[in-house]
Amino acid sequence: MSLLDIQDLSLSIHGTTILDKVNLSVEKGQVVAIVGESGSGKSMTSSAVIRLLPEGTTISGAIWLKDQNISDKTEKEMCTVRAHDIGMVFQEPMTALNPVETIGSQVMEAIRISEPGLSRDEVRQRAELALHRVGLDNQRFPLNTYPHKLSGGQRQRVVIAIAISQKPALLIADEPTTALDVTTQAKIMTLLKKLVDQDKMGLLLISHDLAVVANIADHIVIMKDGQVVEQGARDGFFENMKHDYTKKLFAAAHHKLQKKFIADAAEPVLEVRGLNKDYIIGRNEKLRAVNDVSFTIKKGENLGLVGESGCGKSTLARCILGLEDFQKGEILIAGQKFNGERRLRRHINVVFQDPYGSFNPRHTVGRLVAEPYYALDNPPNSEERKQKVIEMLEHVGLSASDIDKYPHEFSGGQRQRIAIARALITEPDIILLDEATSALDVLIRDQILELLARLTSVFGISYLFVSHDLATVKNITDRVLVMKDGVIVEQGITAEVYQNPSHPYTKSLLEASPDITKSKVKNKEQLNDNIFQH
Amino acid sequence: MIHYILKRLTSLLITLIVATIVIFLIIEVVPGDPAAYMMGLSGSTEAADALRVELGLDKGALERYFSWIGGMLSGDFGISYTYRVPVSQLIGERTLVSVPLTVYALILSTLIAIPVGVISASRRGSVVDTILMGVAQIGVAIPNFWFAILMVLVFSTSLGWFSAVGFPGWEAGFWVSIKALTIPAFSLALPQAAILARVMRSSVLEVMQEDYIRTARAKGLSQRQALIRHGLRNAMIPVLTILGLQFSFLLAGGIIIESIFSLPGLGRLVFQSIAQRDLIVVKSIVTLLVMAVVMITFIVDLLYALVDPRLREGGRG
Repeated sequence: MSLLDIQDLSLSIHGTTILDKVNLSVEKGQVVAIVGESGSGKSMTSSAVIRLLPEGTTISGAIWLKDQNISDKTEKEMCTVRAHDIGMVFQEPMTALNPVETIGSQVMEAIRISEPGLSRDEVRQRAELALHRVGLDNQRFPLNTYPHKLSGGQRQRVVIAIAISQKPALLIADEPTTALDVTTQAKIMTLLKKLVDQDKMGLLLISHDLAVVANIADHIVIMKDGQVVEQGARDGFFENMKHDYTKKLFAAAHHKLQKKFIADAAEPVLEVRGLNKDYIIGRNEKLRAVNDVSFTIKKGENLGLVGESGCGKSTLARCILGLEDFQKGEILIAGQKFNGERRLRRHINVVFQDPYGSFNPRHTVGRLVAEPYYALDNPPNSEERKQKVIEMLEHVGLSASDIDKYPHEFSGGQRQRIAIARALITEPDIILLDEATSALDVLIRDQILELLARLTSVFGISYLFVSHDLATVKNITDRVLVMKDGVIVEQGITAEVYQNPSHPYTKSLLEASPDITKSKVKNKEQLNDNIFQH
Repeated sequence: MIHYILKRLTSLLITLIVATIVIFLIIEVVPGDPAAYMMGLSGSTEAADALRVELGLDKGALERYFSWIGGMLSGDFGISYTYRVPVSQLIGERTLVSVPLTVYALILSTLIAIPVGVISASRRGSVVDTILMGVAQIGVAIPNFWFAILMVLVFSTSLGWFSAVGFPGWEAGFWVSIKALTIPAFSLALPQAAILARVMRSSVLEVMQEDYIRTARAKGLSQRQALIRHGLRNAMIPVLTILGLQFSFLLAGGIIIESIFSLPGLGRLVFQSIAQRDLIVVKSIVTLLVMAVVMITFIVDLLYALVDPRLREGGRG
């Protein structure tokens, strides 16, 4: 029998069906990826295995782990199963660790729970070993380090150390890299794969992005609306996709877009010249977040700004929006020097990353979308305003009747459309998109990118597309800037940069960027290697 | 950590200096004659003149301010006009009643509130939760003087366990004094405990939704163990804020309870001094209360740092 065998698992919360007869299994040493959009039930499947479920959940079917039906176990027995047999890694590394406890005590706790008989020193050594195995060297990251000293990727390593410390038979990773940069993502995925191989664990890997898991999965399960729509071995999976939904996901992972740009090389709408931004971090210490950055965006041109978190791209974005002071250099909007003046602000609008946090929940959509009118000296009267809001909502694929609704009545993707309508309404020269698609599912992300591409041809707007993900900006931008440690290390025509990256950092970013086509080739090579070895 | 303490201490000092200036301005500099005010409507002009000299009002404002501050620093708060004893002695005696009473009440309210909050939160929606929170609601709603009188009726008049009123003084013995403070402390503690229990409950509920509790559960801890090992310390942070505010409030706010039980506390002293227009005492007590509030805020800040390493060390946050 398999290590994990889920049989006809159905699950409902307060009567609403979430999972409908899910069947899947994980073998020892095998990586099984569940892929689907939010609401597909992929996370609920893993939560059901470890049985950390919301109140009011009812389950039917069987979950066999190591030849025991764990769905029959009591809550107390499940504590033992969690302690010994299952390790779990979660999506959000920034909040998954207790902020008031050291990383050492959090790893040691897991070891002590599964093996209460160990001495203090043994527990310590085991914890150091676990942290060492996930790449956190004990010299640099001693046990008494607090989580807030660590970056997202490092924290995720601590969570993995907790999960593998008691050598579980099954490891569950629920969107383990969704909150991380592409380069960190690649490293974490490699780490997970390595640990699975070393400990011969089964890995149940959950993701919304086919491209991310395609690289390391042995078996792929596609879920939609609580059902498994298709599953099969990784090899040959993409050649024989049967279900339409799988094909759609596959297409989304390619990011293929149809777009027409107005290649009008006329006047620049935004110029940044020699911009420096320092943060004072100690008495005599300064951190140069943005270092001598210069670039120009012309009318109708789309520019990508790419880099890892902490590279200064968001600080630069904030300077351009007039939300942050800077020490040196200048910003010109529509040819005029910009120092936060209201009359220049109206030329630039913004769409932020978080579609949930960027709206006042107590305002109607009509009021939210009309908000940028405050920046105008002569805003239109309420009737014109309403007409304009409706027009904008229709441009972004919403309807006139949405005007009186509140943000909570919309999905993440729809909210991002509202944010775009809000950015469009004053018909600015330029829209700054700060990780505007990072929080979205792949399919939704694709739709938003398509919408943006369409709008640029309708309105002739320029975009400054800030992202950590090269794949996202690839098809929507004309030119791209690559930023590292506050400096622009490479810039050029997007297609050229992608084909011939000159800076090593750009190369590493491109390699880390998940790509189904790339991983397929890789796997075939590996396959060949295996043939030669045997 | 040292950097953090120094920063807090500096802001504490600045607050104090600003507070003394404001108090001084309100009482002595704004138009109107303090001496005439203290003498009341029936006072004679000669008496007011004499008082003016005694208060030093014939000197300049700046000089008076510094001599007042200098006096306080050396422990000289002046002589009470009505009681004719040094203000420092007056305040000292009253503080020995008010501070123990406040501490006692807060210990009681913490001992009641934290278990009630935790139990309610861990059984949210159950009968126990409904009852406890219902009681807490009543605790917030009923006036504490009414509750105090009720307690006196039950425990003093009917059962005869405690004396109804008065304070024997610490000379009479530690336990005797504590006993005399017990019913007043309970009366003070009840509404505070009710508020604190509600804060604790919502704080625990919030913390239990945190991702790190789920991490703890995934390690194999039961819900209860996860709450105790990872939830409580995090849940204490908002509770500390409320505790600090309650201490400041109770220190001088216990006036009604002090009056009911005839306790010689600070609240009553302020009240009496205001009624008798004894500005010297009022000025000193208000300053001391401000100092107490600022000190408590400082201590709460230190406790925060003790609970939360992010404040101790700074960092990425």
